Amino acid sequence: MHAIRVSDLRKRFLTTQALDGVSLEIQQGEFFGLLGPNGAGKTTLISILAGLTRADSGRAAIMGHDVVSDYRQSRRALGVVPQELVYDPFFNVRETLRIQSGYFGLRHNNAWIDEIMHHLALTPHADKNTQSLSGGMKRRLLVAQALVHKPPVIMLDEPTAGVDVDLRRSLWEFISRLNREGHTILLTTHYLEEAEALCGRIGMLKAGRIVALDATRNLLRLTNEHCAQLRLDTEAVPAAWQSRLMRDPDGSWRINFSEYSDLEALLADLRRANVQVTEMRLQEPDLEDVFTDIMKRT
Amino acid sequence: MVQTVVAPVVTALLYLLIFSHVLEAHVEVYPGVSYSSFLVPGLVMMSMLQNAFSNSSSSLIQSKMTGNIVFVLLPPLSYLEFFLAYLGAAVVRGLVVGLGVWGVTLWFAPWQLPHPGWLLAYALLSCSIMGALGIVAGIWAEKYDQLAAFQNFLILPLTFLSGVFYSIHSLPVFWQTISHANPVFYLIDGFRYAFVGQSDTDPRLGLLVASACFVAISGLTLMLLRSGYKLRH
Ligand SMILES: Nc1ncnc2c1ncn2[C@@H]1O[C@H](COP(=O)(O)OP(=O)(O)OP(=O)(O)O)[C@@H](O)[C@H]1O
Ligand SMILES: [Mg+2]
Repeated sequence: MHAIRVSDLRKRFLTTQALDGVSLEIQQGEFFGLLGPNGAGKTTLISILAGLTRADSGRAAIMGHDVVSDYRQSRRALGVVPQELVYDPFFNVRETLRIQSGYFGLRHNNAWIDEIMHHLALTPHADKNTQSLSGGMKRRLLVAQALVHKPPVIMLDEPTAGVDVDLRRSLWEFISRLNREGHTILLTTHYLEEAEALCGRIGMLKAGRIVALDATRNLLRLTNEHCAQLRLDTEAVPAAWQSRLMRDPDGSWRINFSEYSDLEALLADLRRANVQVTEMRLQEPDLEDVFTDIMKRT
Repeated sequence: MVQTVVAPVVTALLYLLIFSHVLEAHVEVYPGVSYSSFLVPGLVMMSMLQNAFSNSSSSLIQSKMTGNIVFVLLPPLSYLEFFLAYLGAAVVRGLVVGLGVWGVTLWFAPWQLPHPGWLLAYALLSCSIMGALGIVAGIWAEKYDQLAAFQNFLILPLTFLSGVFYSIHSLPVFWQTISHANPVFYLIDGFRYAFVGQSDTDPRLGLLVASACFVAISGLTLMLLRSGYKLRH
């Protein structure tokens, strides 16, 4: 049984085709990243899985439960951290979590509530009204709310937007732990280094279509755009390389290349022209390069 | 608490003070019934209706505007449970306000309640009708002004043109006929019967009309909720 299964999902809002035939299967226990530029359809896909939006056609299921015909089971199996920073201004943190538990029919949930609050560093704020929380704390409360019913599948829609470095790190530690304990995680984010470090598999959406879907390490192999940064002891570079070498503001030179022989040729020409290389740094391709590449190509 | 219960009680009290002071000596609607005794049930009912309506409509629109409606859309709640929860809250608010208004009016009008069964039946049905109507309005409205329009152009005229302050028998025939088409008229008339033992129409007829209204509006509400209209896009 798949944790998440989506087949040929389509959704149109007036003039925009938000999802244009998306099919996707995510195994239990995966840490899956859903990437894509603004308006690609990530939130729409999550909303359909959560039952907040209805698809025009296609099917979607959580842990084998269809999100429309078997919505009770599918929603019980799913925790969602929405992209929008929403909160109920009438309650404090602990009350919010108790009420949320109640919606799932959980009456005696205090031990688990205390544990989530602890892991999300919300314990000191337990009695604060949600309105008085800072943006990052509100975000963490949203994460906590998604977890009250211990869902096997957790979807986080840009959970780290506006969260500071420390909290981001502790949030990822907690989410990774949940993943190790067997929870399936689906994450959307615009921080690609985050996705690269965390996600075992990545799907990329563009204009409502999946344009890439593979293990993160396979995706990283897709591009061979390397980059070398050089510091030279002269201002003049050989004429043949002038079009390929770019000047950085700090005075160093940058070259993008796909074959190492390119770099070799450059170094040979520099030596022939008696130019000394005083410093050199190589950058391996990262997910950002792959992402940019794929978005350009498709 | 202050806004949801005390405020409507104070409003009703002001109505009572002004109208009964002005009209007490001049108007006797039913033989042997003072104007204050006539007015109290109408005021209690009007407060219940307005508060039941505003409870479900404003909590829905507030949740929609702030976006925290997702917290009740994400859990495994059926549309029927959703309906019953909002309806139950509206009924409770309506009854609490009704009790509050009735409580303070006891200082001004003598206690009497010949038919407590009718009171209960009418109070529950009326709050339910308005609670359900409030859900419809809250689902439909996207902005507060739309909700205000619903309130000003539908709820307010229906309650004011229903015989809260007068018996419709004192109206010209044309307006009497119009009033008979207003379901709120039956709610107030039947509710008043519970207090003063006299009414313009048979309270059993009113109960029938009210029940039919409740069934119709609940049906509409459930249909909207089931389709996900304006809640699940
Ligand atoms: N309720 C709606 N009404 C109309 N159009 C909508 C609605 N929701 C989404 N859209 C449109 O559907 C498309 C996909 O939106 P979606 O929110 O899924 O994108 P996203 O990938 O989550 O973007 P972001 O990275 O900005 O969050 C966009 O063009 C958006 O304008
Ligand atoms: Mg989004």
